[in-house]
Amino acid sequence: MNKYFLNYLDELESEAIYVLREVWAQFQNPVILFSGGKDSIVVTHLAKKAFYPSKIPFALMHVDTGHNFPETIKFRDDLVNSLEVRLIVGSVQESINQGRVAEEQGKHATRNALQITTLLDTIEVNKIDCAIGGGRRDEEKARAKERFFSHRDDFGQWDPKNQRPELWNIFNGKHFEGEHFRVFPISNWTEMDVWNYIKREQIEIPSLYIAHEREVVWRNDSWIPNSEFLTLHENEKIVTKKIRFRTLGDITITGGLESEADSLEKIVNEVAAMRQTERGNRTDDKRSENAMEDRKKQGYF
Amino acid sequence: MEINNNQLLRFTTAGSVDDGKSTLIGRLLYDSKSIFEDQLKAIENTSRKRGHDGVDLALFTDGLRDEREQGITIDVAYRYFTTPKRKFIIADTPGHIQYTRNMVTGASTANAAIILIDARHGVIEQTKRHAFIASLLNIPHVIVCINKMDLTDFSEDVYNEIIKQFEAFSSKFIVMDIRFIPISALLGDNVVHRSENMPWYKGAALLHTLETIHVSSDYNKVDARFPVQTVLRPQRERFLDYRGYAGRVSSGVLRKGDEVTVMPSGFSSVIDSIQGPSGSLEEAFAPMSVSITLKDDIDVGRGDMIVRSTNIPEASQDIEVWLCWLHDNSAKPRAKYTIRHTTNEQKAIIKEVVYKIDINTLGRNNEDKELNMNDICKVRIRTTKPLMIDPYRENRSTGSIILVDENTNETVAAGMIV
Repeated sequence: MNKYFLNYLDELESEAIYVLREVWAQFQNPVILFSGGKDSIVVTHLAKKAFYPSKIPFALMHVDTGHNFPETIKFRDDLVNSLEVRLIVGSVQESINQGRVAEEQGKHATRNALQITTLLDTIEVNKIDCAIGGGRRDEEKARAKERFFSHRDDFGQWDPKNQRPELWNIFNGKHFEGEHFRVFPISNWTEMDVWNYIKREQIEIPSLYIAHEREVVWRNDSWIPNSEFLTLHENEKIVTKKIRFRTLGDITITGGLESEADSLEKIVNEVAAMRQTERGNRTDDKRSENAMEDRKKQGYF
Repeated sequence: MEINNNQLLRFTTAGSVDDGKSTLIGRLLYDSKSIFEDQLKAIENTSRKRGHDGVDLALFTDGLRDEREQGITIDVAYRYFTTPKRKFIIADTPGHIQYTRNMVTGASTANAAIILIDARHGVIEQTKRHAFIASLLNIPHVIVCINKMDLTDFSEDVYNEIIKQFEAFSSKFIVMDIRFIPISALLGDNVVHRSENMPWYKGAALLHTLETIHVSSDYNKVDARFPVQTVLRPQRERFLDYRGYAGRVSSGVLRKGDEVTVMPSGFSSVIDSIQGPSGSLEEAFAPMSVSITLKDDIDVGRGDMIVRSTNIPEASQDIEVWLCWLHDNSAKPRAKYTIRHTTNEQKAIIKEVVYKIDINTLGRNNEDKELNMNDICKVRIRTTKPLMIDPYRENRSTGSIILVDENTNETVAAGMIV
């Protein structure tokens, strides 16, 4: 075989680095949306490579629902310190205190939808014109139609019927005052690619992704972690299981799966053998068939 | 699964309504075991709800609510699957509305195009358009899938007749590599597994073809072109003198010690170092993202292009392009647009529409000079400053442009330099 070819991971890596550098060149005040999940960790890792030996020229922005895994917050703070980047936190609790949003009621209440307001407020207050996210097109059908450079109007809304065509690798980030872009450098990566890349690069990830013993309760076909926010329903019982998380969201909605995978090697093998999509354990997506589409239109991640 | 040297293949699919395109993609995903259990369950439920027999594979590519309600596909959707041999990215483009615009978009990044033909109908006008666009966008490999062979008794004569029809008109286009496969997406014949119903067909099934197409030769390896995205000047003690030019190699190979020229200034220097994503490199080639330092301190910025001194692109303010109009707002005569070419940005005006291609007959239309959505025209463009261009046929990256409307910031046209 010809020596001048890249394997798929190298090609995806170079594509993402190219996109991140375009963001830097085309926007005034970009940030990386950092959730503490593996996808935003990979994006941050790629940003480090894209601008080396300079520091990452973007702040990390975290939308803090107040319903976090403690591990996620520690991981975030350690990473911010080691990269010497600025951290911007948008707080859902503050949005609630200010009366911008109201807490959901009922036993299935979560703060998932409330994040949208906090996210958009934080973008506006900090005059952010580009928010870089770890979204991937393989995650969900609404995301399959997403662009690398995704335009949002001055209400932060996405209009799937009226997206800018994206040709070759020429990205058009032109926008008016008050509008912003969401940019997704790892659009073309699948869950498997992300894990293979984490393994290859030996990227540090929160311990939550690795099998560990934890108090959990069985709900909606997955293991929901015990926390101060958990209200037990009738017939539910807290048990201790060896689990790991496949995605990380709020502690109230992220279900774990029973697993013995306590190393990256084992996780990659386990993911390869999975027969369920990764968002299958997210109760936020289970609300309706169009759950993601509706939230995205309003300005969700 | 091991990390290996598997390559990436990007392909686009083109077919008219009811050619079975969604079924084919569903079949590829399903038979290559790329469908998850919960997805399958959801599709089974929907199939039952809608009263279909069995599982409707086309539903795997069902997208947004508006599309489901209207039974149509909006825009380009991207799908992914992996086999032990390759990773695939499908740009799934709809067959009807805004069809030229979407196919051009999907085709712009594709290594291969699948063109679907309904075996009962043979080559129709749409087929000709698809083949024309694949040729215009210079997609290196075209695979013509003659679908619904089950509805023509798996007849070899039907297959041969369609090949003859196709070759009769496609000989006018330049397509590097073209193949024909008789399939039934519905039943799976020759999609992932070879058909038992068509023993007369001696070629490979579609998936095997996609897995083995030689893609590393698709990049131009001769003309070293490096458009600068941004300049890295770290304000850190250890790197105070570092001045790195960050970008992605468009084509060719750049080596340490190469004598290079920075365009358009024309200053020459020598490559001092190449920083790749994982450390320093001796050489870089397309499509690698790297940063380059030069031996001399010269003025280089975004929009400049570093090229090998012995092989310099044309610098021109007057360019002839094949333009595909992508927007509802038609082109205004002599209106100014922003032109984007690699990382360079200038102002431009469309000086002249030379002629329009009648997308139905593929003939020239010298009378109608209006540029409306989905039109493909040969035009002359004048830019405020020279662009460093190569013909699109030789270099997809330095041969392509987009036009942006200054009043709306929308991308309104895509162009391929003649």
